[in-house]
Amino acid sequence: MPLTKRIIPCLDVDNGRVVKGVHFAKVKDAGDPVALARKYSDEGADELVFLDITASQEGRNTMKNMVRRVARVIDIPFTVGGGIKKLDDARAILLNGADKVSINTAAVKNPELIGELMSIFGKQCVVVAIDAKRNYECDNIDNDKNDKNIFSLGRKRDYMDKDKSIKNENNIKYNQTPMSSENNSEEFYEQGKKFWFEVKIYGGKEGTGIDAIQWAKKIESLGAGEILLTSIDTDGTEYGYDLGLTKAICRAVRIPVIASGGCGEPKHMLDVFKRTDVDAALAASIFHYDKFSVNKVKKYLKDNGIQIRI
Amino acid sequence: MDRNGAVNASIIRDMKSLENFHGLILPGVGNFDPAIISIREDKEMLVAAIKSKMPVLGICLGMEMLFNCSQEGTLEGLRIIDGQVLMLDKKKVKVPHMGWNSIQLVEHKWNVSKKTRIAESEIDRGSNMSGSRLLHRVGDNSWVYFVHSYRILPGKTERHIVVANSQYGDNKIPSVIEKGNVFGTQFHPEKSGPIGSQIIKNFLKVCSSTVIAKDK
Repeated sequence: MPLTKRIIPCLDVDNGRVVKGVHFAKVKDAGDPVALARKYSDEGADELVFLDITASQEGRNTMKNMVRRVARVIDIPFTVGGGIKKLDDARAILLNGADKVSINTAAVKNPELIGELMSIFGKQCVVVAIDAKRNYECDNIDNDKNDKNIFSLGRKRDYMDKDKSIKNENNIKYNQTPMSSENNSEEFYEQGKKFWFEVKIYGGKEGTGIDAIQWAKKIESLGAGEILLTSIDTDGTEYGYDLGLTKAICRAVRIPVIASGGCGEPKHMLDVFKRTDVDAALAASIFHYDKFSVNKVKKYLKDNGIQIRI
Repeated sequence: MDRNGAVNASIIRDMKSLENFHGLILPGVGNFDPAIISIREDKEMLVAAIKSKMPVLGICLGMEMLFNCSQEGTLEGLRIIDGQVLMLDKKKVKVPHMGWNSIQLVEHKWNVSKKTRIAESEIDRGSNMSGSRLLHRVGDNSWVYFVHSYRILPGKTERHIVVANSQYGDNKIPSVIEKGNVFGTQFHPEKSGPIGSQIIKNFLKVCSSTVIAKDK
């Protein structure tokens, strides 16, 4: 049997409580992180991710105590992210029992951190989180630099499967990108517009001008072991994962990619596994409010032909 | 470790206190050369302890260190087991091999057990076809958690120490080795849920039943 796809409940933690946000703005309280960690682990979660969602903005240290308590009660891997700025922050998290650290803003500000972490702890510990958002400002892009992957929407189904990329007279590479799924709301996919995927930092608040696909390739070369890819366009919407973004990133790298943002029902996980080469699907809200249990979601995926650990 | 019934589990930073323990785990996170450097001063004591039949469980990189050398680094390994450590082929599969995969037990050859001097009485024949002490009560195709970029390739005379393999892409990766008092897993039993817990308990059982022959 081959490697299975991973189902990863994500716990956004604020002041020791799990919260769930919409479009990177926190709203509802969803419970105690340690109790939830145990519950998900018992239900068959393949891995867990804890994100200290306020850490980047307010400089809070991710809760080492919580990490230690979680490590004591579960025996599946877990990742901790949020507010990790330097080597010592990562070391503290790992020594308290986390298996991986996820860095985002710090990786953009100080890319050398990726290599430093990799050389000390090994690349399997280093998750780089990419928060990406469509940027429709394509007019002022310097064509000569060729540092942006520009997409435009095609009209027929599943465009990127044939790896079409069209070069126009200005030598800008256009990739056609798919919509999320046939019956998808077109809210995020304005027909005919050109766009590129921009890396955002500080919890999605600040743009970087960096192309997400270029950035994914760069962090792979710097020693990242995995990419946690969140689409800000779909996050919190519960309309489904961002298949266009996920496909584009999976094509660009040979390290595992976790899809995140937009999962509202098990079908969305099936879509992302069937239609992209992603390795894991992360979700928060569908698990938090007991809408679907982890084991039911996994059984559904397995019944639909996805390689799943049950 | 505590969760699985270890009476006294300690993280030791040098090997001088090794004789106070009944078993040793070489954990696996990091890179080959820094890991070898970190134990350089105590390498001889470590090798001597393993040769004196102290049970040792190498996990991931900890197992890779038991071999002669690795493509990940330039330094010499512990040379407890003949063989080398090779990189997974990035062109064929995503690297690292990360996530849950299953293990396929290798059918045990009884003539081999005599060569490696495992007394037959120590083996519960009924447990599973591998006859492995580490995999006691671990079923064929059990799920375990992997994170690694390298794989072991035991030398020709050591192929029989592989008691379980796993399939990744077209690669068959040795996932569990067992040679007398030396055990190794490419995956992480400490992160492999109830199956991993069983493997750790099995190792602790080996430790508690082994009388270390101290040849001083």
